[in-house]
Amino acid sequence: MSDPTTADTDGETMHHVRLSVNGATYDIEVPARRLLSDAVRQDIGLTGTHVGCEHGVCGACTVLVDGVPMRSCLMFAVSAEGQEVTTVEGLGDADGSLGAVQQAFKDCHGLQCGFCTPGFLTTITACLRDNPDPTREEASEMVAGNLCRCTGYQNIVSAVLRAAELQGAGCATKPEHAAQEAQA
Amino acid sequence: MTWKLVGENVTRVEDDRLLRGLGRYTDDLCPEALHVAMVRSPHAHARIVDIDIERVLDVDGVLAVYTYEDLPGPLAEPLPLLIPHPALTHGRTQYALAKDEVNYVGEAVAMVVAIDRYIAEDAAFRISVSYDPLPPVVGIDHARKAEHLVHDDVPGNVAARMEQSTGDAESAIAGAPHKLTLDLEIERSAATPLEGRATLAEWDTGSGRMRVWTSTQTSTGVRAAIAAKLQLDLANVDVITPDVGGGFGVKIMHPWPEDLLVPFVARALGKPVKFIEDRREHFISSAHERGQVQHVEVGFDDDGRILGLSVRFWHDNGAYTPYGIIVPIITSTQLLGPYKPGAYSVVFESLYTNTVVVTPYRGAGRPQGVYAMERTMDAIASYLGRDRTEVRAVNFIQPDELPYDHGLLFQDGRPLIYDSGDYPACLQKLKKLVGWDEFETFREQARSQGRRVGIGLACYVEGTGVGPYEGGHVQVETSGKVKVATGLTSQGQGHQTVFAQIVADELGVRFEDVEVTTGDTRRFPYAVGTFASRAAVMSGSAIAFAARAVRTKALRIAADALEASSDDLEIVDGIVRVKGTPDATIALGTVAVLSNPLRYAFDKASESATQFVVGDPDKPPVAEGDEPGLEGKGYYSPVRSTFASGMHAVIVETDPDTAEIKILRYCVVHDCGHVVNPLIVEGQIHGGVAQGVAGALYERMSYDEHGQLLNASFMDFLMPYVTEVPSKIEIDHLQTPSPLNPLGIKGAGEAGVIPSTAVFAAAIEDAEGIGITSMPISPSELFELRRRNTEASSPGRRAT
Repeated sequence: MSDPTTADTDGETMHHVRLSVNGATYDIEVPARRLLSDAVRQDIGLTGTHVGCEHGVCGACTVLVDGVPMRSCLMFAVSAEGQEVTTVEGLGDADGSLGAVQQAFKDCHGLQCGFCTPGFLTTITACLRDNPDPTREEASEMVAGNLCRCTGYQNIVSAVLRAAELQGAGCATKPEHAAQEAQA
Repeated sequence: MTWKLVGENVTRVEDDRLLRGLGRYTDDLCPEALHVAMVRSPHAHARIVDIDIERVLDVDGVLAVYTYEDLPGPLAEPLPLLIPHPALTHGRTQYALAKDEVNYVGEAVAMVVAIDRYIAEDAAFRISVSYDPLPPVVGIDHARKAEHLVHDDVPGNVAARMEQSTGDAESAIAGAPHKLTLDLEIERSAATPLEGRATLAEWDTGSGRMRVWTSTQTSTGVRAAIAAKLQLDLANVDVITPDVGGGFGVKIMHPWPEDLLVPFVARALGKPVKFIEDRREHFISSAHERGQVQHVEVGFDDDGRILGLSVRFWHDNGAYTPYGIIVPIITSTQLLGPYKPGAYSVVFESLYTNTVVVTPYRGAGRPQGVYAMERTMDAIASYLGRDRTEVRAVNFIQPDELPYDHGLLFQDGRPLIYDSGDYPACLQKLKKLVGWDEFETFREQARSQGRRVGIGLACYVEGTGVGPYEGGHVQVETSGKVKVATGLTSQGQGHQTVFAQIVADELGVRFEDVEVTTGDTRRFPYAVGTFASRAAVMSGSAIAFAARAVRTKALRIAADALEASSDDLEIVDGIVRVKGTPDATIALGTVAVLSNPLRYAFDKASESATQFVVGDPDKPPVAEGDEPGLEGKGYYSPVRSTFASGMHAVIVETDPDTAEIKILRYCVVHDCGHVVNPLIVEGQIHGGVAQGVAGALYERMSYDEHGQLLNASFMDFLMPYVTEVPSKIEIDHLQTPSPLNPLGIKGAGEAGVIPSTAVFAAAIEDAEGIGITSMPISPSELFELRRRNTEASSPGRRAT
């Protein structure tokens, strides 16, 4: 079977792209129309980024491009060259533990099927950097562009606040405690 | 027994993986697989004249193109009618690829296989299909008029007509002091998980073995369908359900055409192949639900007690009936809710239309039934000028009347008998939670500020945990780790966590040592599936039985080893010990070693189980009737469903100018028996309520008269964001255990969505003083209703 990344199909010109994803460099050959989401998932093999609608509405495929949340299904891989891309795989702490936003989602039961979750995590990571201490209303606003079909968003908003708390405190408190808070 | 973990807010074991981006959904697997793209019908109803694939064959990267003509043997027959029923006299199913005729926009006509999805779609675009359009039948009214037929050989477009009754409803209504009739409508919506359908197949030519990964709610069902349609031995087909990005019912439907076509192609080409549904495809080729038109006649006394209730409804089943008539059967039976009308008759017709098929979506016919019943309750209260909660209360089945036999047959073909519940207590809790009795004061305050508010409530009873069965397998490894498998699948419900809680408590092991696998036919080949809020009840119970079997065996072996009576032993944190004798212990892992007499040692632990070390030389190493290994299997097959229940109340504010509908408060009282994990149950309620809000205020399938779905994208189909759901969902629990299963639990997966349409209709009607008979309702529609209604200028006129 021919390799899709090297096949010159139907007159398509292939482009060499150097992508920097989560601090690592990847050299890939892709046609100009290859979406960033597909490049990240298929050419680079980081499948944590999910595609939920292919038209930029659901936000599941959100990655950070130079720190800014972008819908990777609305961006071509070739246009990401020279920029730093962060996916869900890059959100963990350096010591291998969950990052604050990830930990908060776990504490607050902010995910069910987990398919939309990576887009929420990247979005919230960027938003909390801009506003580290949001009110509940601001927390809600941060996730207002992402669709989730499982959770009804209740615990996602709680998770934003919990993440802010974790980042502020710099250490995690007991999950049980957070779970109770999430329900309160 | 004493539960340590069951009932606790245990955070989920699933989460670490998913939060790191290490989940494995079907499209994450096998990046080298070929991709298929489908050619789908652009017409709602047409004859296929010709399919020209000439322009595809020279596209680089295309490996094959298939049309109906290429399908062999059973694959060329219509797809299965999964749940036949005597009332379904004119059941019809589609072909895996359309043969001669298409019956909805989106029906699969041809399939391209290429090295990637881009090229497959390029090629699909080059396939030219000429159609001879036929008049489409869209909507229940057109289906009933039957000026045109969806299927030539189905008169009146009627797939099924079913009637059930208990008592003589017509006479009861005729003789009642008061009578009302209601005509109600409810529109289509759909499950719409964030991950669409997805199937990956790999054929091993050498061993003649098919392995399939699919985003399904029933791996055993898909497996059996593949075996039958591809003429493979069941034992040579493995179906694995990896992580699934939501189901909500649509993935219990099976086999979808692609479930069969993908393995078929994988075998034909000898290469792994995948189909990953895109969003538009999901809208136009996966199932919808909900669409019904209802006519209710009710007779009642001065207290609002229902003496006779007669319901006729028309159910839009779309172009085919692959899942039988489960949805309207559920509507017709679950409509009764917590009430006991003196007499009840129901008749429904399930009608064909040239639209996407209708199969269960979370709630599965219940939201429509609750809508009919609760609208009726509100109408009675309004007519009598009585409080809406009082009218409900006089119609409740009382706690001492349970178990209660309605005298009808439920969706599982078993008698509709409620096992337990306490509806008056539930109502009291809800009234207190929402402040029902104080609402008029609030309404007056709001009115003085020029605001318009309304309150509504709705009650439901939900048959959960339907049979026929589920099974579980529990095995203790020599390390002390416990491996659990059950056949039904998971789509985000946290089954790995919940089942591990049950096993940890039942067996006496640490939660961290339990690992659960679901939906993998290699691990557990007997299962039904995840639907009808049944996973915790069915697999939870089966796994509890399996854990008990393991415990019994462990105690027997440990009793020998410790020279004690098994009655004197307990298992705590994976250690078997003699009660009151702290030194006399043996680890469960060691018991596992002893349970399996070995010839070969490979480490210290196994050395202690070899033939020169253990066993009585005069007896067989494995005693007659015994088996090696510390493992156990359990099945749970209930005589009938268990019935969860609950009540919702909502307070809305409607903008006097724009008719915008704002949710001020949303309250839920919920009874699913013993709660295994409150965190997860409340998460299920949250998600259900959000889908309920969606179905009541936002989501619909906008078909035009030609059968084109106009809103087949997330831009146009208004799935709620966080901004559309209540900022807080207030929940109170009632726990009336089920007597039908060992854990006393009832299902919780669907409940949140069931009463929402009814509760919003009630609250908006209460705010506006205008009868609400068609749902969902948008601000534009409410605005129109006001214009049409001369009473629109006197809000909140109704006594409550």
